[in-house]
Amino acid sequence: MAQLSCKDVALGYEGKAVTEHLSFEVNKGDYLCIVGENGAGKSTLIKALLGLKSPMSGTIETGEGLKPTEIGYLPQQTQVQKDFPASVREIVLSGLLNKCGFNPFYSKKLKEFAALQMERMNISELSDRCYRELSGGQQQRVLLARALCATGKMLLLDEPVAGLDPKVTKEMYELIYRLNREDGITVIMVSHDIAAAVKYASHILHISHTPLFFGTKEDYIASDIGKTFADTKDGGAE
Amino acid sequence: MEIIQKLGEYMQYDFVQKALIVGVLIALCSSLLGVTLVLKRFSFIGDGLSHVAFGAMAVAGIAGLTNEMILVIPITVIAAIVLLATGKNAKIKGDASLAMLSVASLGIGYLLLNVFSSSGNVSGDVCTTLFGSTSILTLSDFDVKLCIAMSVIVILIFIFLYNRIFAVTFDETFTSATGIKASAYNLIIAVITAIIIVLAMNLVGSLLISALVIFPALSAMRVFKSFRKVVICSAAVSVVCSLTGILVSIIASTPVGSTIVAIDIAVFAIFALIGRKG
Repeated sequence: MAQLSCKDVALGYEGKAVTEHLSFEVNKGDYLCIVGENGAGKSTLIKALLGLKSPMSGTIETGEGLKPTEIGYLPQQTQVQKDFPASVREIVLSGLLNKCGFNPFYSKKLKEFAALQMERMNISELSDRCYRELSGGQQQRVLLARALCATGKMLLLDEPVAGLDPKVTKEMYELIYRLNREDGITVIMVSHDIAAAVKYASHILHISHTPLFFGTKEDYIASDIGKTFADTKDGGAE
Repeated sequence: MEIIQKLGEYMQYDFVQKALIVGVLIALCSSLLGVTLVLKRFSFIGDGLSHVAFGAMAVAGIAGLTNEMILVIPITVIAAIVLLATGKNAKIKGDASLAMLSVASLGIGYLLLNVFSSSGNVSGDVCTTLFGSTSILTLSDFDVKLCIAMSVIVILIFIFLYNRIFAVTFDETFTSATGIKASAYNLIIAVITAIIIVLAMNLVGSLLISALVIFPALSAMRVFKSFRKVVICSAAVSVVCSLTGILVSIIASTPVGSTIVAIDIAVFAIFALIGRKG
């Protein structure tokens, strides 16, 4: 049983399917990149994987001891967050909410755990700073630390480098790669950046209205669709 | 010195004590919720819901209910749930549905009052409801007890759900993804918002409630940069402004609601200046 498996999933709104016949598996330690054009159903797929939206047909199942609520999510920035008065520590701690149970406050142990995640993301010295005053790259590391608070098993990243400059983009990719390699955290990343996907990922899912490709990176590069896209696109991987 | 003496004299009056207790509690509750509402882009909820409450009050008055709250609180709560909890999925988007509900209740409420009212001074009654004028100085024991009970409930809920309210306000999607029932907390926020607004109508009237909700929160956000500090500062600002407002209005015989709002505005201006320098 894979950590996450989708079988013949169709996703859509109000009875109209955006994506159909989606079948893929994610195993522990995989680095799956989901690529595809705008409107191909990537964000809908994310919602479905997070359990926020049920598929129109087919099944999405988690296994290997992964609970559906243990997927650490790194969302795209929302408008609200751009002027939100919150310290880095407050945001990172909020990733631990599901571990609180009925306790309305964070225990000392949880606070220490959060501090550890901040150290891991190299943002300890920012912990009292205001989130909205940080740079784009720092903000992403804060949200990554929050996601790590929620899970040690699987990260789901939605366009993690959107809006970052090339240098920070590269650092972000390296950081995610290390989490995958050294800590064995499964990574699912949605991205436009096919060049980076090909460089870092172990598997690639290329979706359109129907899935165009699912398999390992090596097979993707060799495939016709992979050739078309990987050649034409440049990204932070270079 | 003369003023202090005069104040001391007023303090001994029962109605002044009641007004101060109710004023402080309402200011405290509305500012706590205000931070969340402003950040959720619901600054106008106070205005909208208070108009709904006005409409409900008109209906209750015509129906001849002795205790209007029995009708007003449930109707306002339902309106709040419709506005806040359905949120993004609604066909008519947030600001439009709020505006629609708000003017509709105001219009219908005033129409009903004019057509059915038994009182000879309709415009006087309406003015009182809209601007709160003196109703805070004529509170009954029941009003005070109701207000204390509701405020204690709201404050306790806020303290116990503080971390969850923060998470839901900052990032609803992430919070739901970790298995927290974000929609349930939205519902709770909606219900207590409605209750606070109905209570606050006594203090500042329908038209000025938004000021109690948004000004302390906005002032605090100029200066402080963590959620906790913003909440604490907002509560402090709100309580101080309302206390000062009530006292000033008693001494200078100005309308309570608009005096509090004027002080809130002044404090906001000061905080905005501090924030720019800092």
